[in-house]
Amino acid sequence: MLVKRDIERRLRGEDILPQEITDHGAYLNRRAFMAGAAVLALAPWGREASAQGKLQPLQATKSPAYQLQESLTPYKHVTSYNNFYEFGTNKEDPERLQAALKTRPWTVQVDGLCAKPKTFGIEELLKFPLEERVYRLRCVEAWSMVIPWIGFPLKDLLKRVEPTAQAKYVEFTTLLNAEMFPGQKRGLFGFSLDWPYTEGLRLDEAMHPLTLVTVGLYGQVLPNQNGAPIRVVVPWKYGFKSAKSLVRIRLTSEEPKTAWNKAAANEYGFYSNVNPEVSHPRWSQATERRIGELRRRDTLMFNGYADQVASLYAGMDLKRFY
Amino acid sequence: MSYPARVALKAAIWVGSLWPLGVLLRDFMTDDLGANPIEYITRTLGMTALVLLLTSLGMTPLRALFGWSWPIQLRRLLGLLAFFYVCLHFSVWIGLDHFFAWRRMWGDVLKRPFITVGMSALLLLIPLAATSTQGMIKRLGGARWRLLHKLAYVIGGLGVLHFLWLAKKGRTTPYYYAIVLALLLGARVWDWVRKRRSALRPGALPGRESARARS
Repeated sequence: MLVKRDIERRLRGEDILPQEITDHGAYLNRRAFMAGAAVLALAPWGREASAQGKLQPLQATKSPAYQLQESLTPYKHVTSYNNFYEFGTNKEDPERLQAALKTRPWTVQVDGLCAKPKTFGIEELLKFPLEERVYRLRCVEAWSMVIPWIGFPLKDLLKRVEPTAQAKYVEFTTLLNAEMFPGQKRGLFGFSLDWPYTEGLRLDEAMHPLTLVTVGLYGQVLPNQNGAPIRVVVPWKYGFKSAKSLVRIRLTSEEPKTAWNKAAANEYGFYSNVNPEVSHPRWSQATERRIGELRRRDTLMFNGYADQVASLYAGMDLKRFY
Repeated sequence: MSYPARVALKAAIWVGSLWPLGVLLRDFMTDDLGANPIEYITRTLGMTALVLLLTSLGMTPLRALFGWSWPIQLRRLLGLLAFFYVCLHFSVWIGLDHFFAWRRMWGDVLKRPFITVGMSALLLLIPLAATSTQGMIKRLGGARWRLLHKLAYVIGGLGVLHFLWLAKKGRTTPYYYAIVLALLLGARVWDWVRKRRSALRPGALPGRESARARS
């Protein structure tokens, strides 16, 4: 017999039995203990994550400054409900087709307006001091997740190449390879995104401590469907700004052309900051559905990161620069 | 068409059209509705409604093209099943998606074109469903009833627009539906032109016969 609680649980997409979930208090205690011990330790997701995939575990220090008092979205949903048009336009496509993406060997070319351009091998990038940070992810389609990412601040990488004074923007480019990314083949009607996927940030946004070069989640290396082997995560902007499977990071003096902006400029601006007051032309952004919850919740200005990032946009008309 | 064949066809329509609802119930029972269950339920109900709507619109062209009469006997059933799914789709939007936040929903109806057209399609379906009985056909008279039920094409158009306008760029499925609708409308126009021509030619065969001869 289904009780109301059970029905609501199913509609929330909460498929995990209660006894399988670490209770939040215990989770926080463990966290405090680990932070107190100031040790490099494996993340406590071991059981859930290893039950899902056989991905390589990653060591990372927990960043106490970047934790949230919100429940994590289950690993299963984080890795099965993805917008990654390189694989296909359905949310299930990335998980279904991920095996074709080969992430070794892999290099990321960091160049453009900088003194020391350099092509980094993925092994070298994994040697940066890795942190675990829990961020909200807000999709432009009005759903959201909470994800424990592993990575390092983009500014640490950019400093290595020494941006010149002319550098004002950063452009990200995703791998172009239709063998690995079937979604990059031309569709029947010819329209899809203009591949390769490109995204961009203003240099001050890129240098912001929240902007994370990301190589893992839930204590493991990134699953392919989440943008392996290396992506960027910009938590105060809509998810599509956080480009995946990066092969190039270029410093430029002009605002980079971005994939979704080229596809529909009136719907996807260069800034695309999460903003409950600026609607998408076709739907409201005032509320969102947190994956795993039944009721909609109110969307927060800058996805809840206003304290850290609002000053970047002081004096700007955010309705115009959407 | 023989009586058993007609019964079998109707039974097939019932089973086929209730299938998606069964799948949703099964997924619910096995806790398999995915990461975003409400979105999945809404999408499945909406897609099924649109498929049934377009199928019902396909019945008249089938008669015109092949001269069969049986498709006409299925129109009402298909149309009512489409209406049933539209009602479920709408109820989920109200009760699960927005949790009875009336003001917000009303704002969306006014401001979001895809919701405006979807709501219009629902409202226009009501008089059609209400006049679907034999008694109502008699009361309205055949000609007026047929004119009223031409609205089904408008509703089909609104349904396809609803889908086109809510889909993100790069998704091709809504365009397939638009093509199917255009073909169905094209078949009606072709039939109308053909009938007019044969009416102008004295002694021409009645439309249905000439269609059969041609095919």
